[in-house]
Amino acid sequence: MAHARLAVDIGGTFTDLAIEHDGQRRTSKLLTTPEAPERGVIEGVRAILAATGLTSADIGILIHGTTLATNAIIERKGAVTALVTTEGFRDVLAMGNESRYDQYDLNIVLPEPLVPRHLRLTVPERLDNEGHVLRPLDPAAVRALIPVLQRERVESLAIGFLHGFVNSAHEHEARDILAAALPNVPISLASDVSPEMREWERFSTTVANAYVQPRMQTYLRGLEAGLRAMGIDAPIFLMLSGGGLTGIDTACKFPIRLVESGPAGGAIFSAHVAKQCGLDRVLSFDMGGTTAKICLIDDFKPQTARAFEVARVGRFRKGSGLPLRIPVIEMVEIGAGGGSIASVDGMGRISVGPESAGADPGPACYGRGGTRPAVTDANLALGRYDPEKFAGGTMQLHPDAADAALRAKIGGKLGLDAGMAALGVIEMVDENMANAARVHAIESGKTFENRTLIAFGGGGPVHATRIAEKLGITRVLVPSGAGVGSAIGFLRAPVGYEVVRSLYQRFSTFDVGAVNALLAAMAAEAHEVVARGSFGAPTTQIRVAYMRYVGQGHEIPVPLPARPLLTNDVPEIRAAYDREYSRFYDRPVPGSDVEILSYAVVVSTVADAPETAVPTAQDAAGRERRQSVRDTTGQVSTWTVRDRAGFQPGEKLAGPAILAEDETSTLIGPGWFARTNTFGYIELTRGEK
Amino acid sequence: MSNEISALATIQRQILWNRLIAVVEEQAQIMIRTAFSTTVREAGDLSAGVFDLSGRMMAQAVTGTPGHVNSMAESVLHFLAKFPAATMKPGDHYITNDPWLGTGHLHDLTVVTPAFHRGNIVGFFANTAHVIDVGGLGMGPDARSVFEEGMYIPIVKCFDQGKPNETLFDILRAGSRLPVELEGDVFSLCACNDAATRRLAEMMEEFSMDSLDPLAMFIFDASRRATVAEIAKIGQGTYSNEIFSDGYDEPVKLCAEMTILNDAVEINFAGTSGLAPRGINVPPAYTRAYASFGLKVVIAPEIPNNWASLAPFRMKIPAGCILNAPRPYAVCARHLIGHLLPDLMMGCLHQTTPARVAAEGASSLWNPPLRGGSGVSGQARGNRKIIPDFEIITFNSGGTGARPGLDGLDATAFPSGVRTMPVEATENVAPIVIWRKELRPDSGGAGRMRGGLGQIMEIGAKGDLEFAVSATFDRVANAPKGREGGLNGANGVVQLKSGEKLRTKGMQVIPDGDRLLLLMPGGGGMGEPTSREPARVARDVRDGLVSADNARMLYKVETDERGQLDEAATRKLRA
Repeated sequence: MAHARLAVDIGGTFTDLAIEHDGQRRTSKLLTTPEAPERGVIEGVRAILAATGLTSADIGILIHGTTLATNAIIERKGAVTALVTTEGFRDVLAMGNESRYDQYDLNIVLPEPLVPRHLRLTVPERLDNEGHVLRPLDPAAVRALIPVLQRERVESLAIGFLHGFVNSAHEHEARDILAAALPNVPISLASDVSPEMREWERFSTTVANAYVQPRMQTYLRGLEAGLRAMGIDAPIFLMLSGGGLTGIDTACKFPIRLVESGPAGGAIFSAHVAKQCGLDRVLSFDMGGTTAKICLIDDFKPQTARAFEVARVGRFRKGSGLPLRIPVIEMVEIGAGGGSIASVDGMGRISVGPESAGADPGPACYGRGGTRPAVTDANLALGRYDPEKFAGGTMQLHPDAADAALRAKIGGKLGLDAGMAALGVIEMVDENMANAARVHAIESGKTFENRTLIAFGGGGPVHATRIAEKLGITRVLVPSGAGVGSAIGFLRAPVGYEVVRSLYQRFSTFDVGAVNALLAAMAAEAHEVVARGSFGAPTTQIRVAYMRYVGQGHEIPVPLPARPLLTNDVPEIRAAYDREYSRFYDRPVPGSDVEILSYAVVVSTVADAPETAVPTAQDAAGRERRQSVRDTTGQVSTWTVRDRAGFQPGEKLAGPAILAEDETSTLIGPGWFARTNTFGYIELTRGEK
Repeated sequence: MSNEISALATIQRQILWNRLIAVVEEQAQIMIRTAFSTTVREAGDLSAGVFDLSGRMMAQAVTGTPGHVNSMAESVLHFLAKFPAATMKPGDHYITNDPWLGTGHLHDLTVVTPAFHRGNIVGFFANTAHVIDVGGLGMGPDARSVFEEGMYIPIVKCFDQGKPNETLFDILRAGSRLPVELEGDVFSLCACNDAATRRLAEMMEEFSMDSLDPLAMFIFDASRRATVAEIAKIGQGTYSNEIFSDGYDEPVKLCAEMTILNDAVEINFAGTSGLAPRGINVPPAYTRAYASFGLKVVIAPEIPNNWASLAPFRMKIPAGCILNAPRPYAVCARHLIGHLLPDLMMGCLHQTTPARVAAEGASSLWNPPLRGGSGVSGQARGNRKIIPDFEIITFNSGGTGARPGLDGLDATAFPSGVRTMPVEATENVAPIVIWRKELRPDSGGAGRMRGGLGQIMEIGAKGDLEFAVSATFDRVANAPKGREGGLNGANGVVQLKSGEKLRTKGMQVIPDGDRLLLLMPGGGGMGEPTSREPARVARDVRDGLVSADNARMLYKVETDERGQLDEAATRKLRA
């Protein structure tokens, strides 16, 4: 009987797997095989089935996420792509917003568009802002492009016209002409991929979709065939950046929606843990080797956004990447991880990241020739890791090398010994992460009051209590399976799809009929996508309008009822806007009309009731040890160290102490208390006896 | 033990400095999210900062534009002179748009808000934003005195302990063509300062601080020492340079003599042209702002902006010169000349540290303020249609100068830090059609490193009806200069589509059936064009950025009809 649920998350370095069956969960990690990722997946699936004693026929569902699309963009390994656009607008992708992401760096480099100028082709046509034709499309000019596209061996094509999201007729006409002549070249239309205002973001998204499409299609079809060949008949779903799941057909059509699926899985993992534990206000904190990802989760749902930047060239700086306008789980990602390098700047200030030591040479303490101190070196120098037991004892750490690097690059310049230099590095990286969380909360109109921090990833549990202190948070949760959180998150995601469209409206002239027609069409589209994977499971629908005061630039989301609107709904929606605005920004603005820019409809299956799968039991040899650790006041004292596996429900451990496990360590700072909850998660509370 | 305490104090002060920068960044982000004017929310023409009780800037948001930032740094003292700190209460907000007390023209509003902690005043937050309309002639250089340029708001309270000054708001609404936007922007400026004061109080609580003074001393001391150390790396001596602006109706000469001492840089602007009769004069705070920016971006780009890191850059601006405009001279378009000051500074610095300096760029923004309707065409008569009333400005840039190791940036703002607005957004708020907005081939100055390309814009009213532009453009008669053998960037061009040239400054009508055509300047090149890698020239030809003719004539590179490099012919040309 096919009852097992299997998740596979391909990351840059590791492919993570998680399988759940009969209330048990097993996880595994293997190296990614970049040259043929589907092979790694199939090997991993085979291995985890063998380890659990299951067969292909036992798998009831397989959920997959991958960084393949993101990597193709970062490494510029996508298809030869051309863009057909409005005459006079050949350089929208190159000109961007005409600004520099760093005001003071004369030598900045801006990201190259995915389509070079000689493949950005224009045709005469023009619509106005209401979709009226100012200049008809010239079919002869479109046909004239065919030999150019053939000569340049274009493998994928994007079509985007100015105001094409209001009226897509010209895009369709151009598509029909070109598709007939170039049957093997996939075509992405801006009005399908990202039907929203702002030409740079829309064209950039469309071009990115076209750029990754051939490669993603080949990969996904190959994976499907491979899995079928090994006898897996279960439906295959893909994780979307917005947090939902979709089938292979939709993924092949809109592969750009697969970017950031790994981090999205992490956020869903947090949301699920929040739901299990009844935590309605959560800060999700996922710290890995090169970056930390921070996400706010209210009422068990991660925040979502409609814009994202991929492949930043300027040290993770906002504005240095390619804009994508797709539904994403909203999070901030900063260059702060275990491998982030620390240094001292011209003002004698310690700075950390975003440059990372990576896996090779890695932090100085790996003993592979690294001489610059990384965050992991600082944690080791503070006594937070047992050098013999790092990564489950598979890796010997070298404290001398860490100390030497800290002294040479930090301590020597500031008159600090290695221990205090390490403290400076850790305090700075923690402060940077806390500041990123603060700015993120401000941008979302939220606070940290009564929030629980959920920490995972290799570094999350190490840094969690200090960051919580900096944000005034008094409760931290470290779930089990923290090392493969994204893969576990995949198992919790609903089958869902989000459709976003623009239709300009003002409340003073609100056209109920037009809005209802649009919303109905959007709902039908989303239902159709979901039906392909939901197998008749019940679904829910969420409708949202993005609105702002006339004249403002940033919209806020306001929920709409999931049914046709009636005329007398309109004043209530307007009142809801004023309430939302005041919640974000204190004061409503008197006397302004409100305009609606766009709408989103999300259809999804009801998320599974939280199954309480328990990790396969491990040896519970809970021997207690002692370690010398320097705390944040600079004092060195003896801390208790216990193995997490032996830390039983009902027990309580007062900080300062460390709970060690193979993938990470949970630091229990002074003034914090740890216990294990019924799910086996470590719960840390501050100041409570 | 005491070593550890002092080590801990060192670490904690650094943490606090970072936190303070995060607080002002939040302040700026809230402004962007709540502002009404496209100039703020889309273009980012704003700044935000925190000041100590003596009115010295401690930190400033990374988000923002240099002209505001550095001139706002001076403004808090003016507020304190009128409203002493002891008289301020929580919830008070003070405002002005005085060009001489704020950031140089009436379109910039500056709001100052006292910050309190445990009942005591501990410092100030200030911010500045460029709003679209303050009445008067509107944005442009036509006025003959500041009185024609719009409403003049002296330093007054706009909120008194949280209560709006309704008299002021009445006056603001009545005096602007865009009353809703103006009022909304003032609310936004106050809201972001409110949030920042709350955040500062939280920080002081968390770290048990009574006062910002020790932190201010630490920031100032570290910044001053770091800036002085960077200055010491530049060769001491005196260097001079001059450049020309097109001026309103006669050229304006800008002169600088730069003396680099071991701990300071002194600039003397003697020799610069006198005051202009129209609105292109520059108040001294704005001169200092952009001159300092030009110095800082070369000498000490990594050091955060604050009172101490700006202090070693000293300016002597002779009375009566266009860079030291007194009230009531007209100053609305002061950015035209202000934006050229970094080029003036870099021309001096190039003589001592050439490897860190860029060639000249388009520099002055090409921001056409557009207006249509009754204010331009009068009443509709007979069959003649009139466009509905509108008032809009879009921000656009030419190319930046080539860098020593990199080409210039195409169509990118420098030194200003603003962004352009999407064409689709602009067309949604005004009845205009932008028919063309793309790069301008052959406009980047040829060189080993090529100057950034300018851009071409073609703008019409809907239905090609009559409208007007208040021309505010520069570098039409004076192209951006190349360096080290690099050629000049292309001059700007302002004309009707039908061919007639327009003036670079002042209100002019684009008649029915015609359109406005703007060809923006390209940046200057760096190094001899014949030393540019042939493969890079060929790529530019293939991409249509450089014509095959220019490749042959200027770069001595031969390409075939598909833009592929012809190596043999190139070798012959270059021999």
